[in-house]
Amino acid sequence: MGKKRYCMPDPQAAITDELLMQQIDRGSRVIDLGCGDGRLLEKLRDDHGCSVQGVELDLSEIYTCIGRGVPAIAMDLDQGLSTIPDDAFDIAVLSQTLQQVRHPAAVLSEMLRISRRALVVVPNFAHWRIRKQVALSGRTPVTQSLPYSWYNTPNLHFMSMADFRELAGRLNVRIVHEIPIIAGRSRRRAWLPNVRAESLFYILERGDADDSSTSA
Amino acid sequence: MANDDSEFIPDEDSIGFVETQQVTLFEAPNELCLESGVRFGPIDIAYETYGTLSPEKDNAIFVCHALTGDAHVAGWHAGETKKPGWWNDFVGPGKGLDTNEYFVICANVLSGCTGTTGPSSIDPTTGKQYGLHFPFITVGDIVKVHSALVEHLGVKKLLAVIGGSLGGMQALDWAARFPDQIAAVVCLAAAAKLSAQGIAFNVVGRRAIFTDPGFNGGEYYDAAEGPRYGLALARMVAHITYLSDVSIEDKFGRRLQNSSHFEYNLDQETEFQVGSYLHYQGKRFVERFDANSYLCLTHAMDYFDLTEEHGSIRVALEKSNANFLLASYTSDWLFTTAQSLELVSELVKGKRNVSFVELTSSKGHDAFLLEIEPLEQLVRPLLKRTRLEMVAQRQQKSAEFSGGKHDG
Repeated sequence: MGKKRYCMPDPQAAITDELLMQQIDRGSRVIDLGCGDGRLLEKLRDDHGCSVQGVELDLSEIYTCIGRGVPAIAMDLDQGLSTIPDDAFDIAVLSQTLQQVRHPAAVLSEMLRISRRALVVVPNFAHWRIRKQVALSGRTPVTQSLPYSWYNTPNLHFMSMADFRELAGRLNVRIVHEIPIIAGRSRRRAWLPNVRAESLFYILERGDADDSSTSA
Repeated sequence: MANDDSEFIPDEDSIGFVETQQVTLFEAPNELCLESGVRFGPIDIAYETYGTLSPEKDNAIFVCHALTGDAHVAGWHAGETKKPGWWNDFVGPGKGLDTNEYFVICANVLSGCTGTTGPSSIDPTTGKQYGLHFPFITVGDIVKVHSALVEHLGVKKLLAVIGGSLGGMQALDWAARFPDQIAAVVCLAAAAKLSAQGIAFNVVGRRAIFTDPGFNGGEYYDAAEGPRYGLALARMVAHITYLSDVSIEDKFGRRLQNSSHFEYNLDQETEFQVGSYLHYQGKRFVERFDANSYLCLTHAMDYFDLTEEHGSIRVALEKSNANFLLASYTSDWLFTTAQSLELVSELVKGKRNVSFVELTSSKGHDAFLLEIEPLEQLVRPLLKRTRLEMVAQRQQKSAEFSGGKHDG
């Protein structure tokens, strides 16, 4: 315990919420996948006039959402989002959750089925401290708010900026913006982002959107 | 039991002794126009209320009972101290529907047999029971009567309508039919329509009643014995659909009623405990329920279909700004989670406020009556929040009104 281990970003970080808020137009219809206690959606509704919908697995979080007037549906992202109709939302948010689902590719595809745009925040496992930790101490990284070891961590997948780009390409997902988050701040034109960013913020759209509009 | 009544003291956390009240609405010339096209009235309505209506009249909750329920939701009736109301664990002071805070209303449904006009009531034009001359009733007709009762009680907008099973169907119909009258809808173990399997069980139940020689085309009120075997059989079949394989297994297993070994006797109709239980359920049901009412209400349930009536569930419910809360139960095979999810999907499509949970229970369809704790956890914040929203809307309206006056 003597050595301080590197901590992954707190999923509850207000900084992420602020960044998400900036990227969501007023009056949008927003679905938050893994909405937790509905804090972000409440803000979007009250401050941005958004029409909101939460999806959450944990029942006790759902009770909190209902108390906030944030509608929430109990659903396991790994069981699919078939209940949510196509194009039902302007924006789907998935914050610090993609690495925790069993089938990230399927979840990403579903997000862009149910909404025009997807906002995804993922931890960057290629951050230099993690690289150093793995290289020198030979230990897996552990998060501060989820202090799990490798055998009981909810983080099932380890991806980097380069990995995410590759998946986006495979799924024909267009990366509209890729914003590295460094030291808790968004840094659009960062130097060596795949080494320095602790998290990555993606704005995604369907890759075929442009193709279909040109062919039409 | 009535003799013990003087000594009976209701639980401290219950609403205590309550009485059913009566009102007659839809008197000529204001008869109710039924969905079948028939004009019908007057209609007696049996109802109970608990708690106090707030001066702002913003704390009224209507409870819709299921197929064979009645207006007696909570507390005790004097002289009937064996059993409290059917949702006594959920409705009362400090309970899920907290009668210290809310004004709770429940009424017996149209065509029922516990105080509201139904086939066993006297037809004023003939002086005899309606029997099968009673008009065909739909869920919509039931809701129209309840809605009129709510108005009669001076409530313009209900804080919530809540119901399970056929009661959940009523809550949905209410949101579709009178969208401005409800601020929240709680729909438990229900669906936008009964499945073909559900209809099939109702068909068997009605068949059992029709083929009982005591049925006599529904004209049995003057006879010594009505279709009691048919009605009991209908209940036995239906009762199985309210349980789950696990709950029956847990409760009875393969245990025998009176012996530890088989009798190898064909005359022995019920050897297994589960058989005795179902017979008992059938027998008790006949004592409290009218066969013609059973026919009316199962038909109403079969006919209910939001899609059929409005084109789609989305269209049916998109005029409602209510906060929808839906719950299904894992072991319910009469109204499945898939059916609730169909509603959720359509509500999302219609951009309504919808919350949904599938609750884990082994108790089958009856779970909505029995799993009180998770229900409380869902309903309490919903009611609290919805009431705040009603207050905010009222304040906004009065601000607009006074603003308007200044402009004028």
